[in-house]
Amino acid sequence: MSEDLRAPVAFTVMAVLLAIVGFTQSWSVSLSVINLCIISSIMAIGVNLQWGYGGLFNAGVMGFTALGGLTAVLVSHDPIYEAWDKAGVGIAISAIIFILSITALVFVFRNIENKQIRNTLIILIIVFGLIGINNFYGPSIDIIESINPAKTGFLGGLGLPIIFSWLIAAVVAGLVAWVIGKITLRLRSDYLAIATLGISEIVIAVVKHEDWLSRGVKNVSGLDRPVPYEIELQQSEWFLNLVESINFSKLEAMQSLSSRQDLLNDLVIDSSGIFVKLCYAGLFFSVLLLIFYLSQLALNSPWGRMLRAIRDNEEAASAMGKNIFAQHLQIFIIGSAIIGIAGAMLTTLDGQFTPGSYRPLRFTFIIWLMVIIGGSGNNLGSIFGGFFIWFIWIEAEPLSIGFMNMLAGGLEYDNPLRMHLLGSAAHLRLFIMGLLLLLALRFMPRGVIPEKIQKK
Amino acid sequence: MENFEFINAIVLLSNFVIVPALSYGSQLALATLSLTIIYGVLRFSNFAQADWMSFGTMATILFTWLFQSIGITAGILPTALLALPFAIIVTALFCLLIDRSVYSFYRKQKSQPIVLMIVSVGVMFILQAVVRFIIGPNDRKFFDGEKYIVHALDFKNYFGLEEGLTIKSTQLITVIVALIAMISLFYFLQKTKLGKSMRAYSNNEDLALLSGINPEKIVIVTWVISSILITTAGVLYGLDKSFKPFTYFNLLLPMFAAAIVGGIGSPVGAVIGGYVIAFSEITLTYAYKKFFVYLLPENLEPSGLMQVLSTDYKFAISFIILVIVLIVRPTGIVRGKII
Repeated sequence: MSEDLRAPVAFTVMAVLLAIVGFTQSWSVSLSVINLCIISSIMAIGVNLQWGYGGLFNAGVMGFTALGGLTAVLVSHDPIYEAWDKAGVGIAISAIIFILSITALVFVFRNIENKQIRNTLIILIIVFGLIGINNFYGPSIDIIESINPAKTGFLGGLGLPIIFSWLIAAVVAGLVAWVIGKITLRLRSDYLAIATLGISEIVIAVVKHEDWLSRGVKNVSGLDRPVPYEIELQQSEWFLNLVESINFSKLEAMQSLSSRQDLLNDLVIDSSGIFVKLCYAGLFFSVLLLIFYLSQLALNSPWGRMLRAIRDNEEAASAMGKNIFAQHLQIFIIGSAIIGIAGAMLTTLDGQFTPGSYRPLRFTFIIWLMVIIGGSGNNLGSIFGGFFIWFIWIEAEPLSIGFMNMLAGGLEYDNPLRMHLLGSAAHLRLFIMGLLLLLALRFMPRGVIPEKIQKK
Repeated sequence: MENFEFINAIVLLSNFVIVPALSYGSQLALATLSLTIIYGVLRFSNFAQADWMSFGTMATILFTWLFQSIGITAGILPTALLALPFAIIVTALFCLLIDRSVYSFYRKQKSQPIVLMIVSVGVMFILQAVVRFIIGPNDRKFFDGEKYIVHALDFKNYFGLEEGLTIKSTQLITVIVALIAMISLFYFLQKTKLGKSMRAYSNNEDLALLSGINPEKIVIVTWVISSILITTAGVLYGLDKSFKPFTYFNLLLPMFAAAIVGGIGSPVGAVIGGYVIAFSEITLTYAYKKFFVYLLPENLEPSGLMQVLSTDYKFAISFIILVIVLIVRPTGIVRGKII
């Protein structure tokens, strides 16, 4: 197939698949899948900027997603004034000591030549920093966590509309990426992967265990929503009228008034769910389009060409006077910021923040599959990869159960082999994912929608 | 009784820090050795290595069950030790099968290390599926035989101390087996012809090929050695604690940290790195309050727990060390190679 045709065909297939789910399962399911597909696509674009254009293997996608989620909580949750009153000063002082120690460390590290003096100073700073922070930090977090622990027990957030958090998440993720990049980007490619994998675990550990900040594994639920609630819709006049006018013929067919009213009630409940999901889909899709447009713009600019030049031949680019490290740092920050946005969107969609649910398989390696199978170096490919892989990830489970049923068809109901086969059906999706990745790498190493080689 | 206080403190520390860290360190060192050997010879970071560990352990468990069902046991030793050689054979064969069907293609293409690393992510997915499919995702204990060598209560009564020392038989087995494995590996690498040609191949591929070393043979030997090490490490870890696929997957991170901290590609570095990571995980999260209560006079006794980091961060410590090493000395403790 000609490469120009691949994108339209791929997206048509995807649309048909989603429509099949809509007809056979329900449109509500199909829309939930689409919403997560869009978020996955945004993450995939972030990773694609880093890998496809910058050649950087960031295995810390999970960490940036979690940072985005945390930002959503910190921006949208109401502040807990009592906690701030009683322990705000302690937390602020520990933060100041922390920042001062880090600044001092960096200063000592950079400016003092004599190794012995340097090492003694570093140890002194760390010891005194730790003692200082422990003096203020420990008691303060005890106070914060004791304030209404069943409901809050943390500092709360800023109480702003959650949609702002998407932007702020980009800033937070970008800042963290700057720190991480400073440390790791001078390393060779697979060191970078291992280091980012580790740092993302550190981020998760902090989010999980610093209860004063994020409530930890107690989760934060009931986050504010950027779209209307189902219950509000069901009670509002215009929505009832809308549902009635859409389903006019269906309602007309009903004979009695009471059965008509029952049908209308059912329809309103169903449609309110679908309406909310459509609102989310609209919001997410606009973000996706915006990010896609901006990254295309950036990548077709001289800056984008320089990035690709660096990716293809670092020595040549360096000889031309390009600062490889600075460019890598830039693209690392931009990609991570985009992943942060997607993380905040995910938490917004869920309406809750559950640090325990962040696992590297789901949030790092699946995203990588999306980029590689979709076509690294092509943002359109990443969007397709996001849709396709997420679709498979979700639909693999019912399909594998069906497959196992077929395999165990001839066996008795309580046959141990049949029970085992059905019980392990869920693991088949890992197998499908691995197989897809290996097949793609072997037979389609440039992905479904490959990068366009520009010739002049 | 000043002296007893001191001995009590030492016993306390041995019981909760030194003995556990020594056995965990030995397990980690073996696992890291296998990772670093793959890295040194085949030149890629194998993300599937932790899942090879669970595959090997799963094979051992299956053989253990088989032996137990036909009445073969190892007496006071765990049956798993009898099953281990058979499991190693199965694991090595499966490794070679995967190498033939997956990795060899990219080797012939002379793909970049990063591509092989991504390929290993695919293998990781498949192995996870296979292990969970065969044995399930749940926790399994497969230890049998004599559980303790030294029991805390006996120790206390015998020496008349306040603190007891427990040494589980698995801990002693771990240290002994790990020592045997390490010594034979280093003997193999330093003294035998095959080991020397392996090191030569790792050091400079082209030169090794010129001097008539058969690369296919080296690759096979590498996978076999890696299977021996990783299966042994997995079985020792599983005997000591328990086997659960997800826990094993999580060991990937300390393994990588140990490899880089020690100096990636260097076997000696892997051993050092394994112990460094294990000791720091345990020493940094242990609450030293009781230790200082024994040592210090009463008016100086500490009020807090005297814990550097909460146990919640046990897992993150290996990475904090990794980050520090990356900043201060990116080549690792023993200068490994940076290809």
